[in-house]
Amino acid sequence: MKKLFSQVSTLRFQALFVGLFLLLLSNPLSAQEEAAEATPDLGGDPVAGKQLFNQNCAACHALNRKMTGPALANVETRLYEEEGLDKEWLYSWIRNSAGMIASGDAYANKIYNEYNGAAMTAFPTLSNADIDNILAYTAAPPPAPAVVAAVPGGEVPAGGQVGGISNEVILGALALVFGLLVVMLILVNNTLRRIAEANGVEMVKAQAEKRTPIWKAFAQNQFLVFCTVIALLLGSAYGAYSWMSQIGVDQGYAPVQPIHYSHKIHAGDNKIECKYCHSSARVSKHSGIPSLNVCMNCHKSIYEYKGNPEGPSAEDLANGYTNEFYTKEIKKLYKAVGWDEENQKYTGESQPVEWVRIHNLPDFAYFNHSQHVTVGKIECQTCHGPVEEMEIMYQYSPLTMGWCINCHRETEVQVADNGYYEKIHAELSKKYGVDKLTAAQMGGLECGKCHY
Amino acid sequence: MASNKKYWKSEAELNPNDSIVEALKQNEFTEQIPVDEFLGDKENLEASSTNRRDFLKYIGFSTAAASLAACEGPVKRSIPYVIQPENIVPGVASYYATTIADGFDFASVLIKTREGRPIKIENNVSAKVNGGANARVNASVLSLYDSTRVQGPMAGENPATWEELDAKVISGLKAAAASGKQIALLTQTYASPSMAKLVGDFSSTYPNVNHVTYDAVSEDAALTAFEMAYGERALADYDFEQADVIVSFAADFLSDWQGGGYDTGYTKGRVPTNGKMSRHIQIEANMSLTGANADRRIPMKPSQIKLALAKLYGKLNGTNVGGGSSDVDGVVGQLAAEIKRAGSKAVVVCGLDDINAQSVVIAINQMLQSKAFDAEQPKYVRQGSTAKVNKLVADMKAGRVGVLLVDGVNPMYTLPNAADFVEGLGKVGVSVSCSFNFDETAQAVDYVAAASHYLESWGDVEMKKGHYSLMQPTIRELFDTRQFAACLLKWMGSDANYYDTIKNHWSANILNGTSWNKTLQDGVFVDASSMTPSSAEVSEESEETETTGTQDNLASALRSLANATSTGMELMLYTKVGLGDGKQASNPWLQEFPDPITRVSWDNYVTVSKADAADLGLENYNVANGGLDGSKVNLTVDGVTLENVPVIIQPGQAKGTIGMALGYGKTAGMKDEMQVGVNAYPVYKDFNNVQSASISKVDGIHEFACVQLHNTLMGRGDIIKETTLEIFNTKDHAEWNHVPQVSLDHQEVPANSVDLWAEFDRSIGHHFNLSIDLNACTGCGACVIACHAENNVPVVGKEEVRRSRDMHWLRIDRYYSSEDSFEGDNEKKDNLDGLWGETGSLGGFGEMEDPAENPQVAFQPVMCQHCNHAPCETVCPVAATVHSRQGQNHMAYNRCVGTRYCANNCPYKVRRFNWFLYNNNDEFDYHMNNDLGKMVVNPDVNVRSRGVMEKCSMCIQMTQKTILDAKREGRPIKDGEFQTACSSACSSGAIVFGDINDEESKVAVLKKDDRMYHLLEHVGTKPNVFYHVKVRNTNEA
Repeated sequence: MKKLFSQVSTLRFQALFVGLFLLLLSNPLSAQEEAAEATPDLGGDPVAGKQLFNQNCAACHALNRKMTGPALANVETRLYEEEGLDKEWLYSWIRNSAGMIASGDAYANKIYNEYNGAAMTAFPTLSNADIDNILAYTAAPPPAPAVVAAVPGGEVPAGGQVGGISNEVILGALALVFGLLVVMLILVNNTLRRIAEANGVEMVKAQAEKRTPIWKAFAQNQFLVFCTVIALLLGSAYGAYSWMSQIGVDQGYAPVQPIHYSHKIHAGDNKIECKYCHSSARVSKHSGIPSLNVCMNCHKSIYEYKGNPEGPSAEDLANGYTNEFYTKEIKKLYKAVGWDEENQKYTGESQPVEWVRIHNLPDFAYFNHSQHVTVGKIECQTCHGPVEEMEIMYQYSPLTMGWCINCHRETEVQVADNGYYEKIHAELSKKYGVDKLTAAQMGGLECGKCHY
Repeated sequence: MASNKKYWKSEAELNPNDSIVEALKQNEFTEQIPVDEFLGDKENLEASSTNRRDFLKYIGFSTAAASLAACEGPVKRSIPYVIQPENIVPGVASYYATTIADGFDFASVLIKTREGRPIKIENNVSAKVNGGANARVNASVLSLYDSTRVQGPMAGENPATWEELDAKVISGLKAAAASGKQIALLTQTYASPSMAKLVGDFSSTYPNVNHVTYDAVSEDAALTAFEMAYGERALADYDFEQADVIVSFAADFLSDWQGGGYDTGYTKGRVPTNGKMSRHIQIEANMSLTGANADRRIPMKPSQIKLALAKLYGKLNGTNVGGGSSDVDGVVGQLAAEIKRAGSKAVVVCGLDDINAQSVVIAINQMLQSKAFDAEQPKYVRQGSTAKVNKLVADMKAGRVGVLLVDGVNPMYTLPNAADFVEGLGKVGVSVSCSFNFDETAQAVDYVAAASHYLESWGDVEMKKGHYSLMQPTIRELFDTRQFAACLLKWMGSDANYYDTIKNHWSANILNGTSWNKTLQDGVFVDASSMTPSSAEVSEESEETETTGTQDNLASALRSLANATSTGMELMLYTKVGLGDGKQASNPWLQEFPDPITRVSWDNYVTVSKADAADLGLENYNVANGGLDGSKVNLTVDGVTLENVPVIIQPGQAKGTIGMALGYGKTAGMKDEMQVGVNAYPVYKDFNNVQSASISKVDGIHEFACVQLHNTLMGRGDIIKETTLEIFNTKDHAEWNHVPQVSLDHQEVPANSVDLWAEFDRSIGHHFNLSIDLNACTGCGACVIACHAENNVPVVGKEEVRRSRDMHWLRIDRYYSSEDSFEGDNEKKDNLDGLWGETGSLGGFGEMEDPAENPQVAFQPVMCQHCNHAPCETVCPVAATVHSRQGQNHMAYNRCVGTRYCANNCPYKVRRFNWFLYNNNDEFDYHMNNDLGKMVVNPDVNVRSRGVMEKCSMCIQMTQKTILDAKREGRPIKDGEFQTACSSACSSGAIVFGDINDEESKVAVLKKDDRMYHLLEHVGTKPNVFYHVKVRNTNEA
């Protein structure tokens, strides 16, 4: 009995440390330093523990929530109380969970099976002190930074208010100055008039000569009328032409999507590379809307939107983009992909997301992403605009043929280190007498290159 | 003076009392236009609250609303995968190796899939046997998406579930086992090791299992003859590449004879290399594809062919086989001399369903020790036994069959004695048909087990001894279907799936340690150990059959061949390249595919010789819109009459013979448009392709959809240039490949040296050229269907084809000679002098329009020639068709306004106009108007709309893809990477595509060949497609 007891308490510890280990690995020096600073008597330093936890454990564990692995809040105590496992068990679990499972440890196997046989990464480099720190963090996570606490969600940030007042003051002062000036001018005018009257100056209104009104003169001049009519006709034709040539050009098209997906948060704030999600842009004609399993690579562990530390901006709030709003959108993803958050399992009941297609090239135009992205080494933003700033994705470019052609005329072909271009580049650049060839010179304006 | 003549429009007008005439005098229409019906109901009109002004308001509003609504683009949805399969990248094609084995066609192929949909069939070049897909195999991908498929199991006419069906069948099987009745499997030829094992297992589960293999088009005679000689029921294989002299007695080995697949080897020997090429002599009744390719073709009645065969044996053997006319003797003498000279480099083949004839052919090849004849590794692609089929029908009629399971065959349609079969079916306890369509058999049996397509199935095939290939699904079952093997497993009570069965069987018996996954990836596996005949097998076989009496048998065979006689017309049944045995009759690509010889699509017919047609008063003529019309006949064989069969007068048809294609006239479970032709199976008596028949003309005219109006070349020798091997070998190429001359500054200069235009520099980058070797082209048409599939070419239907509105981007012209040879035509034309008289051009040209009794035939694939100086480009008012630096003539559909100037100005007539919207249009109920059929569409190629011109693009989507792949990988392009749909489909190597700026490339070498010429060179179009002069090995012995 006694033996079992001690084992159980160790297990608890170790479960906690699994996460901590990850942290340490990525930054062993600082972690060690912090570990040394921590007072072992207190059972670890929660501040150092948090860092270790975020580095090593957070990919699979949360404090109060099941993820790939179990929730770790108070893991040490819980293990001790419920399973009777001590810290030693936790140490060995974190350092070598597979070994424990193989050795036939009862709780190790239980937890392994409970989480669908997902083996926990071993963290042999985490020292006991590190693990203690992490456990300390799980037992009592340090309070959130004061800044965040000071700005509860929903209130208008103070910074914004200050800026507004100062502007208004300046504007108000300016208005006052201008008002004074006007009043002064009126007073001066009145005074001058009175002086003039007093001096006997007569204010005679100049008697205008009887002249033909300008419109009549215009109507009588046939040449002018003719020219105006021509100009009007040409003008309206031009207007009609420009209006008609924008039919079917959907620049700025920003439809409402079934899930509010913010490119600004993903590509902007979190700097996720475009081609991580749109991977087929490298090899295929389609850039590809990522399948939901790609979303789940991250969103398995990112289950809520925490926002930037300063909280949502006034602009976001005006649009209703609160943290809760985004979290709700993540839940929509879970519903579509059939992810059961409770049990961290796929239910198998999925429902494909019907995105609204934004960039609609006509069927008779062939466009290949890989040609432009991989071969031409063109940034996505060249055509798609500042996607990293787009809260709602919209069509940035007109996608007209003239727009394509202009780019082909100006863009140089990326011939460096490409064996395909070696011969043709040497010959063509000699022929045209240029150093660098444009896409047009390579034949990029030929009809059949895009229309077949 | 006024004329008293009376003009009349119809006979009725001559009768003054005719009421219609009277009525027509008064009215334009004989029937009243129903205005009253519409406006007469005054009450109704007045009750309506809509007055004229309101009506105009509605019109105005709806017009305005419609035009406003049109300004708004439609909202398009884009739905990604939930979980994207690892090996699928949207927009990138994947290829899988598989095998078609539908009982008639056997081939190892690659399947191109896009986003999980199979869209095209390619040749599997690593296959050593049947690696080339013919027209039907190329089209089989469309059959997968046939909207008339049986979409789930059925009980009679009603849908059922698999559970119900399984329960009924199993109880039927158990009842049959208990009562001792026969359990019969009536199936196609599988040639499948795993299927053989499965049937074996099935036989051990249930007693009295009788597996009957049935080929709709039988090779029973050849199989039996081979069995008698070698003890194994198989077909000898022939490698025509090894043969210097090929003598074929009515064997159409370039199309479907004995399972086909011989064209690759044949054409290798037909291209003159080092001054040598094979010599091919064809003796046949019908003008077949093979006969059209022969150096010498001898038309002969089947009965005389038998005699000739017997005499040939006698001549070669030194014995005397008597009888017959001196004509035959003369021919046989020449044949024997040529064969003797070639010795073991000669080969004889025979396509008559006659055991004696087949035995004699085997004996001749043995005697010659022919290198082209391979009996050690025979082919297994036909295994049907007519005796067993007949026995089964008899058993059924006698009520001895408890359960009948049918797979892959449609006996109700293909059996000549279908009436007996249906009578027997009534006495069978439980009958199940594993059917693809709700066809004749499916309608007659108790249950229909909806069959999967081969692209949805697992399987394996041993086409030739030791040459194995695997079949793997390339898409999940589209419907609630099941392949027969899975049914058998289920009905045996086994839980195993067929995939495991195959894998286990292969691992244990075939692979010999080779990786299963590697084999599955390759699709083919050659068992090296089987290359040497195992003595154990031979001894085992020899136990089964006695071969001691061979000599006696042969003597009697010769006797009966020599005594072959015939009464009346001799009917020779054959299969067409398009439909084959009729299995894919509901495939619109194949129906629209023009027959290589007659150029008729959407029909079968009786072919008669010119002389017989004249005797019987049969005629063919073209009507004003260019359509071909023909007489109709009733055809009677042994009391069975086929009524109203259209007639084609076939040059080269032997006098006293007629031909007719099997595989048409299917009606059950097909769209109305596809129900064309006349079913010839009822006269396929005793599964013999030679029948004694009589025909009699009946009233009426049949309207054909024939795509070629002119049959002869009219002596225009520069369209298809020809020469003989002797001249080719001895004379300078200027003699036999003469470049046309034009007059420049009063000097004769070669036409290709004169230019209206400034020449562009095309030496930089790629410059694509297509080479077509007229020696290697057999006219098989695989390229036509491959082009269809790759380029989303629409099917237009019989009516439109008749109006010359067929849309094939690639056509294969067929020309007959008017004299005995094209050479004769050229001489005749050159010797025409003046208008009148013996050599006058007025009569002379008229004569040259008629093909000879036994003409020479030439095939010429013609697609857009991609002229460097294209006449079409200069006349387009909107610059929709322009030239590229890479040599391709571009066609921008979105720019085209449909003036059709380009088509009129094209000297090659290769441009096709979309007279209608062929997609999403129920008037064209083929495959582009339903979601299922549209799955075959290639997403990289536009689907054209109405009013737009289209034509061959030289598969620019394929060349662009090749370039892009190379750019992405940063490497130069190797020769052979550039392909077009036609060049990659051509298994005979006639079509070669490539970049002529790559000096090393095959096409650049071919362009410098002496045989190279351009079509209509004197027009000065400078095409990027070139041809190679056809060389015939016609120097008579």
